Amino acid sequence: MSEPVFLPAGDTALVVQFGEAVDAAVNRRVRHLAAKLRESGAKGIVDIVPTIRSLMVHYDPLETSAGALRGAISDLLHHEHGEEDAYRLWSIPVCYEGDCAPDLENVAREMKLDTGEVVRRHAAEPLEVFMMGFLPGFPYLGLLPEEFDIPRLFEPRVKVPARSISVAVRQTTVYTVECPGGWHLIGQTPVEFFDPERAEPILVAAGDRIRFEPVSVGEYERIRKAVEADDYKPVSEEIVP
Amino acid sequence: MSGFRVIQAGFAPTLQDFGRPAFQNRGVPVSGALDPVSLRIGNALVGNDGGTAAIEFRLVGPTLEVTAESIRVALTGTRAELIVEASERVTLPSYQSVMLRRGQRLSLAPVSDSGVAYLCVEGGFDLPAVFDSLSTYGRSRIGGYHGRALKDGDELPLRLSAVEERGELRLERPVYLDETGPMRVVLGPQRDYFSDASTAAFFDAEYTISREADRMGMRLEGPALEHTRGYNITSDGIVTGAIQVPGNGMPIILLADHQTTGGYPKIGTVISADIPRLGRMKPGDRLSFTEIDVEGAEDARRAQEKAIRKLLDALTPAAAWLDEAALYRENLISGVVQVSDSL
Repeated sequence: MSEPVFLPAGDTALVVQFGEAVDAAVNRRVRHLAAKLRESGAKGIVDIVPTIRSLMVHYDPLETSAGALRGAISDLLHHEHGEEDAYRLWSIPVCYEGDCAPDLENVAREMKLDTGEVVRRHAAEPLEVFMMGFLPGFPYLGLLPEEFDIPRLFEPRVKVPARSISVAVRQTTVYTVECPGGWHLIGQTPVEFFDPERAEPILVAAGDRIRFEPVSVGEYERIRKAVEADDYKPVSEEIVP
Repeated sequence: MSGFRVIQAGFAPTLQDFGRPAFQNRGVPVSGALDPVSLRIGNALVGNDGGTAAIEFRLVGPTLEVTAESIRVALTGTRAELIVEASERVTLPSYQSVMLRRGQRLSLAPVSDSGVAYLCVEGGFDLPAVFDSLSTYGRSRIGGYHGRALKDGDELPLRLSAVEERGELRLERPVYLDETGPMRVVLGPQRDYFSDASTAAFFDAEYTISREADRMGMRLEGPALEHTRGYNITSDGIVTGAIQVPGNGMPIILLADHQTTGGYPKIGTVISADIPRLGRMKPGDRLSFTEIDVEGAEDARRAQEKAIRKLLDALTPAAAWLDEAALYRENLISGVVQVSDSL
């Protein structure tokens, strides 16, 4: 695997780039370095943001410097080995029917599959949270099977309903709140991924894995009511490989 | 609960402190003051910690009525004056702390010299922090006052219901408002998405800040930059000051409310020492760029910090403003002033 490169991002952030394309193995290296750097307690770091193919380290130039951080990170990379990190595995109910899935038929047509098969393949394996971005608590997950390599919508929607599950370019996202969006909507979860009123407003983090569990419209509505009554907690378990 | 009543909100003022920089890994934008230097100075004038949340406003400021027994405020970021409506209407300079009492109203002269200004209040606002910050982030409705910009009729609660009478402070010469010159830029992380000719053109050109400028970003108008490797990248991290270039080649400088990740190539990043000045710029202003390396940028930031501390050490006592007409009236009522005195 290629050596990561350091890229400048001004005097308050530094990029460690592991690759340029979407690749699960590259993303694991990014997240692994994020965890190691967090553990190292290196001085002057403001935040460590793993993205799909690179790590952004935000720092305070009054406390440290890009040079010092490059040194600390190089040491960590030197000791990099292929161990797998522990992760949280979530079970998240998703309704892939009716109003919850306005783009499912188009997606199925584009993928040359029937809708049931699209759902089966989307929910087949736990997906990894590659990165958080776009909005608070908004996860990008992957990698879906190759047949999900479909482009984004030609014309983005002005309003995507909150909790929509979307697909494009072999990835899937969960829209945390109603907002504009350009991905295909194939389902909706009753679970809130972002709720500012909750003790832990944000549900998932980069490195978590999510198994989507198909549920009927009736089941979706039942869980939704329970969520609104503060009587439903999504399940997760700690997995140590 | 008492503090301020918003009589007229003006142009969507928000509450801002130093933001929430430690939650970008969960997709939470930093937000915070567009001009953190003016925020720090304003807070120092009213005796607060530098990062206490203040009202940040753009172009047209709010009109507020004091509902607390007394408050102390300071206006910074602009040379526009503070207008107080008490028994009479008085104008007071910015960069000076002022004590006001219940029922008095304050507003601001039109702000034409700056894109952003701050009204700092002693003790700060009695509102809940979200991700350790009071900064308003409207898109996700978090922070500030119910997660949104202020509106007419809002009742803003303050931590202090009254402030002590004491000597006021002023900053005689807010020299940093006069900074000029090109914005300093570190090239990267995607400088290789632009030809050398295009990069050279970027540094030669003068750009105008378009009307599409808000707390999230500033669209520039000027020569289009040419991509050599397309304009889509696999999303990576974004830092405040990043200059992203979408398909039309027109640079956008990302500011406090920027998303934490993005998929457009970024030719460079405006250095942190120039971010406060950038924050004070407004639509129609012109700007240009010059290249600097990371070490130079870090040195510039340290030098700026020294200069700010010097300003904070240079606060001097100011004459307290007294509502003389009200005092006079009180005296008349209590009979201390003799009719003969006024003859």
